[in-house]
Amino acid sequence: MNDLTLNMGDDPGLYGYLPYNARPRITWPEGKRIAVWVAPNLEFYEYAPPTNPQRTPWPRPLPDVLNYSHRDYGNRAGWQRMLRAMDAAGFRGSVSLNVAMCEHHPEIIRICADHGWEFFSHGIYNTRYVYGMTPEQERAIIVDAQNTIKRHTGQTMDGWLSPALSNNTWTMDLLAEAGVLYTCDLFHDDQPTPINVKSGRLISVPYSLELNDTIVYNTNLYTPRHYGTVIKRQFDQLYREGTESGTVMCIPLHPYLVGQPHRIDAFAEALQYIAGHEGVWLATGREIARHYVDHHYDEVVRATAAVNA
Amino acid sequence: MPLDQDYLTYPARAHAMDHDRYAWSDLFERPPVVWPNKAGVALWVMPIVQWFPLDMPGKPFRAPGGMTMPFPDFRHYTNRDYGNRVGIYRILRVLDDLDIPASVATNAAIARRYPALLRDVVSSGHEIVAHGEDAAQVLHSGMSQAEESSLIEHALNTLRSASGQPVAGWLSPGRAQSLHTPDLLAEHGIEYACDWANDDLPYAMRTDRGELFAMPFAQETDDRTVMLDFHHTEDDWLAQVKDRFDVMLRESREYGGRVMSLPLHAWVAGVPYRIGVVRQALEYMLGHDGVWAATGSDILAAFRQQAEQSRA
Repeated sequence: MNDLTLNMGDDPGLYGYLPYNARPRITWPEGKRIAVWVAPNLEFYEYAPPTNPQRTPWPRPLPDVLNYSHRDYGNRAGWQRMLRAMDAAGFRGSVSLNVAMCEHHPEIIRICADHGWEFFSHGIYNTRYVYGMTPEQERAIIVDAQNTIKRHTGQTMDGWLSPALSNNTWTMDLLAEAGVLYTCDLFHDDQPTPINVKSGRLISVPYSLELNDTIVYNTNLYTPRHYGTVIKRQFDQLYREGTESGTVMCIPLHPYLVGQPHRIDAFAEALQYIAGHEGVWLATGREIARHYVDHHYDEVVRATAAVNA
Repeated sequence: MPLDQDYLTYPARAHAMDHDRYAWSDLFERPPVVWPNKAGVALWVMPIVQWFPLDMPGKPFRAPGGMTMPFPDFRHYTNRDYGNRVGIYRILRVLDDLDIPASVATNAAIARRYPALLRDVVSSGHEIVAHGEDAAQVLHSGMSQAEESSLIEHALNTLRSASGQPVAGWLSPGRAQSLHTPDLLAEHGIEYACDWANDDLPYAMRTDRGELFAMPFAQETDDRTVMLDFHHTEDDWLAQVKDRFDVMLRESREYGGRVMSLPLHAWVAGVPYRIGVVRQALEYMLGHDGVWAATGSDILAAFRQQAEQSRA
């Protein structure tokens, strides 16, 4: 056992077990059945990032111009297609933001802010990981993100997705301590979950690996049209289950992938399909988190304690 | 061992890019481009002919399509060489039937080893784009500038003298570059390089040795990427090419011209069961008004002329 696993061991202890068939009923505003939120990752990957002992930023020796430019496509071209597809279907974005984007591409941030999008943080750069950081160093990037988002958008940073999904054992405690409302790093559920933290209060809002275009395109290697099918099937099932208790569906995006010309139309059509249903709440991450904390948090904490007593 | 505090400092955290190779520019905010005959889509077909040495080093990384089996890897050597013997001729036939001028990315080793193939490409009226020495020798920052410069120069000399063409385009093996590649390409008379995958139009790169443009060369509808790396069927590749084209043509009406590039590896696209969808893809695109099939050099010339006019 090394110092990293000292306080965690084989179970991260993030939440208490609460089976899907024995939960307090979740309700959404105006009797909606499902909260659907779209989370574009606006990311900046560095040309010459420093090395991290636990993860190499690029697969090829620096400069990895092919992979770097592939990511850069999102900020030069892809994001505008994504924005238009979302606008056409009436979706606002909840931006998972590498906050250095505020300095590199303030033009993009301004337009997204003008569209009423939420900004939460995805670290400073997607090529800087929290692996190997001390809690003090990790606190510093949380504060940096809070300040940068406030300065450039006027918004309070309510959510967190760790840069490149890197984490430390104490990450959730630091988020709660910093007043962050929700984390997107956990994939255990289709409903929000109270997270065990040392102080304060933190919930998990369902994000998604399965619906995430990076997983779909870079890992599962699906076709663009199949991605459209996947989104619709995921929606159909969660929409049905939403008659019993409110569900959450997140579509995490990366404009360098979904914003490619051969991919955008299948995605746009799937968004239209979702928006065409009556019982859908087109929400942001923050709206889902606040509603859950205000209406369901205490009840779910009690129910979880009862199950695990 | 905590991370050094340098890991939390960000020297390039400022407006636009974190390097000096090009300016940031949003594709949708530029002055609209119009191609010759008021076309909206410039169709840029680029067959790729490659020779993979049997004893390729695989360093500092293995170039895509490189040998993977213990030496001697006859299966991959010969499968790739199929493109040079057979596959390219199927592609040339389709281009000839449809009267499409193309750019052909060519390893210098092809000109040396298979002069008949080079002559056939040139006599069909296609443009030769330099594709490095061979498919294995990638450019990388571990090389000295002198070493890299001589590799580029040698490849260009071979292709220029064999083709009689100026050879103004460059595609790096594996689309890999060192920190100095754009400078060295400009120094050796290259006008456009096809390695960066961040745009749907040409754009100016900055070098310390002259002008160089980046040409938008599709990465994720590339035949090898889609059918061999992603394991999609040829029908799925065809659907993606058509979908890509449809979006570009639609956008061209509102935002100005786009470049629809079509990379075709001779050893992938030239296989008998795939060549039919290559033909279908090209026929589909040519069946629309507003499509201009051209070589990379012609597309760049039209682009530069307009860029200069809009500045004037």
